[in-house]
Amino acid sequence: MIVVIILLGMLYSAPNLYPDDPAIQVSHEAEAVTEADLNGMTAALETVNIPYFGEVINDRSALIRFSSLDDQLRGKSIIEQSLGSGFIVALNLAPTTPGWLRAINAGKMNLGLDLQGGVRFVMEVDMEAAFQRRMENTVSNIRQQLRADRVRSRSLSLINNEYIELRFDDEESRSEARSIIRENFADLLVTPREQAGIYMIELRMTPEDVLQMQRDTITANRTTILNRVDSLGVSEPVVQQQGADRIVIELPGVQDTAQAKRILQRIATLQFHLEARPGAPSTSFETFEYQGQMVNVDNDVILQGDRVSNVRSAFDQQGLPQVVINLDAQGGQQFSRITRDNIGNLMDILLIETKTRSVFVPDGEGNLVEEQETYEEKRLISHAVIRAALGREFVITGLSAQEANELSLLIRSGALAAPMYFVNESTVGPSLGAENIDQGSRAVYLGFGMVMLFMLAYYRVFGIAANIALTVNVILLISVMSIMGATLTLPGIFGIVLTVGMAVDANVLIFTRIREELAAGLSPQGAIAGGFDRAFSTIMDANLTTFLVATVLFTIGTGPVKGFAITLMIGIITSMFTAIVVTRGIVNLMYGGRQVQTLSIGKY
Amino acid sequence: MSLINKEIDFMGKRKVLAVCSIIAVLISLGSLAVNSLQFGLDFTSGTLVEVAYMQTADVPGIRTTLTESGYDQAVVVPFGSDRVVLVRVPTPDGQEEREASSIGDEIVALLQANSDTPVEIRSSEFVSPKVGEELAEKGGMGLLVALGIVMLYVAVRFQFKFSVGAVTALAHDVIITLGIFSLFKMTFDLTVLAALLAVIGYSLNDTIVVSDRIRENFRMLRVGTPEEIINISTNQVFSRTLITSFTTLLVLFAMLIMGGEAIQGFAIALIIGVVVGTYSSIYVAANVLLYMHVSKEDLMVPVKDDSEVDSMP
Repeated sequence: MIVVIILLGMLYSAPNLYPDDPAIQVSHEAEAVTEADLNGMTAALETVNIPYFGEVINDRSALIRFSSLDDQLRGKSIIEQSLGSGFIVALNLAPTTPGWLRAINAGKMNLGLDLQGGVRFVMEVDMEAAFQRRMENTVSNIRQQLRADRVRSRSLSLINNEYIELRFDDEESRSEARSIIRENFADLLVTPREQAGIYMIELRMTPEDVLQMQRDTITANRTTILNRVDSLGVSEPVVQQQGADRIVIELPGVQDTAQAKRILQRIATLQFHLEARPGAPSTSFETFEYQGQMVNVDNDVILQGDRVSNVRSAFDQQGLPQVVINLDAQGGQQFSRITRDNIGNLMDILLIETKTRSVFVPDGEGNLVEEQETYEEKRLISHAVIRAALGREFVITGLSAQEANELSLLIRSGALAAPMYFVNESTVGPSLGAENIDQGSRAVYLGFGMVMLFMLAYYRVFGIAANIALTVNVILLISVMSIMGATLTLPGIFGIVLTVGMAVDANVLIFTRIREELAAGLSPQGAIAGGFDRAFSTIMDANLTTFLVATVLFTIGTGPVKGFAITLMIGIITSMFTAIVVTRGIVNLMYGGRQVQTLSIGKY
Repeated sequence: MSLINKEIDFMGKRKVLAVCSIIAVLISLGSLAVNSLQFGLDFTSGTLVEVAYMQTADVPGIRTTLTESGYDQAVVVPFGSDRVVLVRVPTPDGQEEREASSIGDEIVALLQANSDTPVEIRSSEFVSPKVGEELAEKGGMGLLVALGIVMLYVAVRFQFKFSVGAVTALAHDVIITLGIFSLFKMTFDLTVLAALLAVIGYSLNDTIVVSDRIRENFRMLRVGTPEEIINISTNQVFSRTLITSFTTLLVLFAMLIMGGEAIQGFAIALIIGVVVGTYSSIYVAANVLLYMHVSKEDLMVPVKDDSEVDSMP
């Protein structure tokens, strides 16, 4: 049993012994990368004498390996120059783990940004602004509605970006207004109030609606960011939600933070168009692909995305999926005018994103210089027949549930993404990352070595048992982290060092007990059994409390500190196992099943 | 080299050392009140850029460049080697957060424009005031929650008096570690906070081991005053305490020597914590027990429970 666990531990920690190759991954926005493309790239590398190896096409993208980071960087610009537009060239690290290890799902620990180099952003979504936009929209819609029904109000405004206040001169108009609001804006909370002869109504969003809006907003912003991160050419980006209103973006290998920030902050837009009439002049429309068919979209914008006030995917009475779109008052009027005249025609929705790509332009001396060029990428996301004159709220039907979800997300990312700003940013250069790994591992080796020497000198043969346990502990720790796919950070490395220092504690407790039992006159076998037994509850108590503290650390910590807490927590568990079970096994192996007169455990 | 048989009269000096502890805590609190802590960027917010030059960096020159460009609050210090400098700029008052995030990029561009050789960004960090504040709050909360959980666990597993002892010892360690950071004006950042929590974990470990033995001896030994029993217990675990602290210190010094600048604060906080924590598990935790008049009766659990505890393998 113990042996099996140790062997498994060794097996699953093994992948960490194989260093990654620096590599370049090439994919294309739309098509698969072909053998011919790959040959073009390798030929370009050969002409400038950059050594490469292991070129291969996986799935739809190509991978080329290099032996040094330097070659990789030079190779990247050569490959970019040799390819046409539409290709995405990303720096990558290719695993060199042998196939048989990959076959059993053994992977490596991920390196944190502080070890690998790269940039980490935390962006905060401006929920206040999102809320304000929503409420102002409601204000203008209510105003429109009251005017249409000829209800006179003295004032109608958004107070403190919190609630909407309506004032009336008499009770009669207030009650009319109330019924209009109840009918048209059913999801608002209505509180009537009187003050000095003025009749008032306060309107608020329900807390559930506010929460829902925040959730929708952050998902929309996350989608937008995911779309944009793709254009940065990063091999393994991380985009995660943190708390209620933050998004964490990790871009390994990225050094140009200014550029990354420009791209991340850009806002996508949404446009509503009609389909071009057959026989229209080719200058009046643009052609897009939509679900395999070609669609001619008229150039005129019938509605801009900023008129959209809410989007959600839902189910109709028959249980069929649909996307419900709400427009603001002005948008609703504009939209109903146009759709009235176009019943039976097709309406298209375009999502427009500004992206950046590298281009190579010759400078004065004829060298190619890399420059950043921005371009617009338009995507046709919906193509549907107008069935009736559409007003402030309309639905798109005929979609699968998944399509409806995706469409509402896309519309949201174009129309409703709230402003975001950076609240935290950290960049680590690749040289500092390498230095951190270097220093970290040296500290581990030195600390580990000194502790082993001390244990050996102090406890003799039992020291050997403790040292084996200690080694097994580190192997298990690494293998558990690899299996969990945990991220190793610099503080994480120090967590390992600290675990090494503290892991011997359990052994020390046991050995001291054994010595005491021997001193008390027990036989060697009895002393061993007694020592292990009596130390157990102490070890348990001491480790459990430390584990609790590590859990607190894990909860409050972010990024690197979380990494420290994780190694500490895993370390506590593995060290308890190795100190109690593994050490006992080794001691039994050495002294078990025979009569021994003395134990080699140092003086007692 | 065995320390078990030599009787050391730990508790004999307890009054003197209690006074020492109190003085140390008071000095720490005083220094915290007067000097406060040298909070790192994580808590204060602002921008920190570490750049490497090809040759020796001209620190006064960089200062002048930055001051002339309006960054008159910029702090420029050499970092590690003479080619590397650290530039720290606080977030200007009243400036919009969204603009403050580009200060780092601007500084690097400025330094590059004023240097003939390429300037390499080794690291850069921006923390907004909001995030900084939150972190400080969360950190403080974390320390309190950790202490609370420990108190609860020890009270359940041992006895209330022990938990007061343990928490007093932990608070003692944390305050003195903070005090030393404050006295010597060392930077207190997120990693130091993490170290502080690790100190709590470590020192707790020690305290539990000592308490465990005290409890056992109270139950097993028929004679002796509480003071004698605690003395015997402390003596019994003393060699283990020394060995564990020693091995932990070994790796911490390895960290301090090998780990580079980034981890110095972390290692120093832990080294202080381990030393103080070892001392406090004997002289603070056990001492509090004596002052609270711990007695056999406190630990004589009902027979039913007793068998349960003892049957723990």
